[in-house]
Amino acid sequence: MDTLNILIMGFISIVIINNLVFTKFLGICPYLGVSGRIDMAFGMGMAVTFVVTLSGTLTWMIDNWILMKLGLEVTRYVCFILVIAGAVQLVEMYLRKFFPTLYESFGIFLPLITTNCAILGLCLFINLWGINNLLEAVVLSFGAGIGFTMAICIMAGIRENLNLADVPQCLKGAPITLITAGILALAFMGFAGMIR
Amino acid sequence: MTNKSEANAGLYKDTLLAGLWRENPVFRLLLGMCPTLAVTAAVKPALTMGLCVIFVLLCSNIVVSLMRNLLKPHLRILMFTLTIATFVTIADLFLKAFQPEMSEVLGPYVPLIIVNCIIICRAEACASKNPLVVSIIDALGMGAGFTVTLCVLAGVRELLSTGKIFEAQVMPDWFVPWAAMSMPVGAFITLGLLLGLVNAVSKKLATKAQRKEK
Repeated sequence: MDTLNILIMGFISIVIINNLVFTKFLGICPYLGVSGRIDMAFGMGMAVTFVVTLSGTLTWMIDNWILMKLGLEVTRYVCFILVIAGAVQLVEMYLRKFFPTLYESFGIFLPLITTNCAILGLCLFINLWGINNLLEAVVLSFGAGIGFTMAICIMAGIRENLNLADVPQCLKGAPITLITAGILALAFMGFAGMIR
Repeated sequence: MTNKSEANAGLYKDTLLAGLWRENPVFRLLLGMCPTLAVTAAVKPALTMGLCVIFVLLCSNIVVSLMRNLLKPHLRILMFTLTIATFVTIADLFLKAFQPEMSEVLGPYVPLIIVNCIIICRAEACASKNPLVVSIIDALGMGAGFTVTLCVLAGVRELLSTGKIFEAQVMPDWFVPWAAMSMPVGAFITLGLLLGLVNAVSKKLATKAQRKEK
């Protein structure tokens, strides 16, 4: 029961309270780039969720079972980025085969998941927080992906309506998106301190 | 001979200046947003981050430029990332050894330089196509542009959130610090407003230049 409790708490915490986009500033590039339409945003979120779960789990295993045993922590970053690049390649191949239209609409942003800071960032945070349990690592990485999806979908919804709003010329595009993100971050700050 | 070297000098100067304003990585290309937002709560970490990025950018541009003729097209991104990861590891260990406090403050954002789009973008767009000298100058210009932008953003935020710059008091006593500026909210909104300002200024400059031509 205790483990389950910790897992649920961890999940809620990473989705809402420590949301990667709003509190850790991770994954801002796709957040600004792909949040124009809600269906694309959702697809992107799902792809990121898949990659982040896979790579979060794999890097935890590699880190704890291989690198730490052999004393090779120096090569940690190189190993992490290799795992992530491999996972993205896998998603790319899968999408091209089974969802060609979605694949087309992602364009350059799909390979750019490799350089999505949210993914490497999460792997590093798992390491930093000293998670020493495989199950926890899996739940946290999955939660991070869900949190990202949620953030990017909220943003896409707002931006679809923002197109109709009368925004000053010089603030159009990225600036107003960032300001909106700031206000969203303010809202999410309200969740801080909900657990512990 | 002189003609060629003069043309070269012009090209170098142009490349160097491009990074600072015309193609400023943060304001113009919207690259490297994560560290831009995350480490700019105060000027000192922002400066450290900027220097780290300059170091990594310089080294990776040199290496990529030297091996540009050996690269296989479909493996090049992987090679870039591995090169960058190696140099970031060096920078991270250096910080841990000589600037432990800064390393603590920056935390995972130093290893996150690996996925900073600026570096991979410069490797792809510049270093993999240009000879060594141009790549070095491009790295310096882009790095400097990034660092300056980071410091400006950090300056605004540190001033408003604590009334200090570089931990030295500048605001008068009656100034009430805006705590929100040091939080994520402040980062997003300040960057958004700065971007708007840059857009407005560059538009004004463009219309002025047009009028001059007429």
